This record gives sequence, C-alpha cells and structure tokens, in this order.
Amino acid sequence: MDPIIRIKNISYTYPDADRPALDGVSLDIMPGTFTAVLGSNGSGKSTLAKHLNAILVPAGGKVFVDGMDTADEGNLLAIRRQVGMVFQNPDNQIVANVVEDDVAFAPENLGVEPKEIRRRVDEALKSVGMYEFRMHAPHLLSGGQKQRVAIAGVLAMDPDVLVLDEPTAMLDPRGRREVIAAVETLCRERGITVVLITHHMDEAVRADRVLVLDKGRIVLDGTPQQIFPQTAALQALRLTVPDTVALMSRLNAAGMDLPMDALTPAECAAAILEALQ
Amino acid sequence: MLKDITLGQYFPGDTVVHRLDPRTKLVLTLVYIAALFMVGSWGGYALVFAALASVAAVAHIRPRALLKGLKPLVFIIVFTAVLNLFFTGGDDILFQWRSIHVTWSGLKRAVSMVLRILLLVSGTFMLTYTTSPLAITDGLEKLLSPLKKLHVPVYELSLMMCIALRFIPTLIEETDRIMSAQKARGADLETGTLPERAKALLPLLIPLFISSFRRADELALAMECRCYNGGEGRTRMKQLRMAWQDGVAFALGAALVAGILLLRRLGI
Ligand SMILES: Nc1ncnc2c1ncn2[C@@H]1O[C@H](COP(=O)(O)OP(=O)(O)OP(=O)(O)O)[C@@H](O)[C@H]1O
Ligand SMILES: [Mg+2]
Repeated sequence: MDPIIRIKNISYTYPDADRPALDGVSLDIMPGTFTAVLGSNGSGKSTLAKHLNAILVPAGGKVFVDGMDTADEGNLLAIRRQVGMVFQNPDNQIVANVVEDDVAFAPENLGVEPKEIRRRVDEALKSVGMYEFRMHAPHLLSGGQKQRVAIAGVLAMDPDVLVLDEPTAMLDPRGRREVIAAVETLCRERGITVVLITHHMDEAVRADRVLVLDKGRIVLDGTPQQIFPQTAALQALRLTVPDTVALMSRLNAAGMDLPMDALTPAECAAAILEALQ
Repeated sequence: MLKDITLGQYFPGDTVVHRLDPRTKLVLTLVYIAALFMVGSWGGYALVFAALASVAAVAHIRPRALLKGLKPLVFIIVFTAVLNLFFTGGDDILFQWRSIHVTWSGLKRAVSMVLRILLLVSGTFMLTYTTSPLAITDGLEKLLSPLKKLHVPVYELSLMMCIALRFIPTLIEETDRIMSAQKARGADLETGTLPERAKALLPLLIPLFISSFRRADELALAMECRCYNGGEGRTRMKQLRMAWQDGVAFALGAALVAGILLLRRLGI
C-alpha cells in the first residue's frame, strides 16, 4: 500500500526566525493509521501539521498528499479537502451561528450540490454524536461539544486524513474524553487516517505510532509500547510519561519486576495483579 | 450581566409570517415604507395601522413587545411633535400665549409626523422580530446578487455580517471575563467621573482588542483549511424558495398601496 502522506526531508524556517522550525523531517504515514505527535513547546509540531495541508510549503524537501505535491498551487483545494485540520480553540474555528450551517461551510465552499451537502452534514454530525444539536447556537455548547462540531465541520469535506493540533488543550477532562473517543471511532471504524498532536500522554497511548519531535527533528519514532518505556529519554526531552508507565517504573525501582509496555490502565492493572499472584 | 443584551431582537416562532421567504419580507418592508410616504389622508393612516396590526396578530407579536421596541425613540418623537406643533405657520390659530401660538395645521402636521415615525419603525420591527439575522443576511445577499456584475463583493459582505453575528456572544463573554479579572484586581469600572471611567475602561479594551485580532487570525486559518476561497463557485445547503404564501403576501402589499392611493384620491 502507498502512504497517504509522504514527507521527504523537509525543512522550514519562519521569515523572522533565526533557527529552523523544521530541520530535515522525513516521514511516511499509511492510510487508516493513528499517529500521535509529541514534543515540548516550540519543537515544531504545529509547523509540521501545517505542512500536511499546504498551509505552509516546505523551503527544502517535498510533501506529497495522496501523490499530490503540496508545492503545486493547482493541487491546493484538492489537498485541503483531503486533509482536514482541527485546531486548539474551538471558538475560533466556527463561522456560523447555527451548528448545521457551520458544518455546511466547507462543502459549500467546494461547490457541492445542496442535497449532497445536507447528506454530508447529517452524516458528519452523527459520526461525532452531535446530530441532536444541529439547530443549536455554537456559543451555548460545552467545549467538548464545540470541538466535536469543529471536527464535523472538516468531516463534511469527506477527507481521508484528519490532523488535530492539540484539540483537547482547552477542554475539561470530560470534553477531552468525548473528543478523543470521537476521533478514535473515526479512525477505527471509518478508516480515516489520524494525526493527533497532543501534550496528553494518555491520548498518545491509544495511537498505533508515536513520533517525538525536538528542535524541528523527529527524535523518536515507534509504537507506544516501544516509546513510552524509555522514561529517561522522554524526560530528557522535557516530556512526561503516561501515569501507567510512571507507576510501573516506580514499582520496579522499589524491587518489583513489571513489564514496561502495559500502557492502558487496564493492562497496567492486569500486569500488577499477575505480578502479585 | 452583559450577556443579557439581546441582538436583532428576533423572536423565533412558526407562523406564516416567520416562514415567508426573507426576500419577500425585505421587499415588502420597502414597499411598506414607500406606501407610508404616499399616505395623504387620515384614512390612509388607519389603513396602514390596520395592515400593521393584522401582520402583528398573525405573527403573534404582542403590542407590549412593540412598545418596548419603540421606547428608545421617545425623545425623537417628542422632539418631532414639539417642532411641528410650535413652528408651523398659518392663520388658523388654535390658541396663543404671548409669542407662542399653535395652529390647526401645526397640530395636524405634528400628529401625522408622529404617526409616520411610529408606523415606520413598527413596520421594520415586523421584519426583524420574525426573521433571524442569518435569514436577513441570506435574503439580502440574494437580492443584491445582481450587483456582483458591478464587482460589488456581495457574498463577502454577507459572510462578514454572519461572522460578526456569530462572534458577538463570544466577545461579550470575553468582555465579561476580562471585566471580572480587572475587578478582582481592584479596578473600579462603575464609579468616578466620566473621564475617570473612560480611563478605567482602557485596561478592558486593550486585551479585548488584542484577543480579537488573534481570533481573526485563527479563524482565517481555519476557514482556509476548510477550502474557503471566496464566493466564486460556492453553493448553499439551504436554498431560499418562494412558496404560494409569498405570492399572497405580495398581492396584499400591492392591495395596501392601491388602497392608500385610493383613499388619498377620495380625500378620506
Ligand atoms: N509565525 C511564526 N513566526 C515566527 N516563528 C514562529 C512562528 N510560529 C512558530 N514559530 C517558531 O517556530 C518554532 C516551532 O513552533 P511550533 O509552533 O511549530 O511549535 P509547537 O511544537 O507546535 O509548540 P507548542 O507545543 O507550543 O504548540 C518555535 O521556535 C516557534 O517560536
Ligand atoms: Mg503548536
């Protein structure tokens, strides 16, 4: 299978910056996979995300989305339609004052037939569990609900890839759970490729693959089971480890012999139970 | 507290008037205003009033809501009345006191001007009370679309209006938040002389300004990510469609104009 996104040795420096925000990043993302991107503040995560739908074009190297070169102006709309992007602050992504009108914004821009827009809007709202709220005013919704409306707003373009840049950073724990559950369902059940940028390790644990950025380079790349046991390396990159891993390593330091790749709370509990018996 | 501000004073409902195409309502509001200026007899005012009252009744708009809307106009109304009452010349003097004199024609003119203002404003309320701001924007865009040929960015203007409407509650919320934050630090926004209070508002406005620019920036990015590239080639999910009710509404509008002209001719 061909990768849906192929990044070949890209670098990028902001016009008024003295050091590159991305510095020789290469990466292939396979269709239908769930990739989490980690990294401390200023490591280049958002810059990388903006290269995935041609908001930024690399200064050196190439980005291909479904075979299309992002540097080619003619591909712009096709690429943006293919790669939906969701940002941190849901308030600043919603354009209309009725939920369903907002979700219709993207397909309207694409010139889709009115009947087909209606179908896509309903489907997108249902797939994030916001269909009952279609007539509501966005400013009266909770943070998690607004963010799910924002996700529906890009799903209505019928994209193959969903890029989320810290979508849960402004949400309370409940809103975070709602949003992550919706994203996981889209990936696992509808086969949408997900790239999730996050500071929350418990969200990254659910991914198929974890990338860690530092100073514009990919420094770690592997499955969560390969990445998270490397507690020393993660701490050197100013990242925390998931609570489960922290617990295991403390128990191990206290003399137990537990596996470090039991990442979800359930796996962790099972591993501890087994060791105790 | 700022949240209590209502905007566009739209009262959602499901009456025939609410369901009319916004274009119909916009055009008929213009017809109504024109008709009002054609009135040339007391009978004409009675007819316009009857028309207004029937629309209000059908749309379930209570007289109290209308009066509440007219309240801010009290000053203008009194001013108009006084001006016409005391400064209209003529020989048909009604009463006189020192240099002040009121004439019959002055009285008539004052009453008719006040009626005109009241009927004019109440008439436009029929539009804004029964049509959501979004529908008005949509209707305006469609009505003005011939101007696109003259390179007037009609779609962009209507999108600007929509976004402004969408962000008003968000910005009000934010103002509330900044105000609480400033008050918690001892800022006094409610007492003092006017210049003092204006000065106290500065620490409120600056953060609001800065955050609005950041919002605008982020919104523009989000819109680009959702394939926004101008009004060209855009479609709409909700198509405006005229129904037979709109035809009836237009016929009634025409009847109103005809009636006014007839009454004027007859001098009733
Ligand atoms: N618009 C800009 N102009 C100049 N420099 C920028 C701009 N945006 C980001 N940078 C710089 O580029 C580098 C990478 O920024 P980026 O926003 O990609 O980091 P990030 O990993 O997303 O960080 P965070 O976790 O804070 O969101 C940083 O050093 C940042 O200061
Ligand atoms: Mg970022």
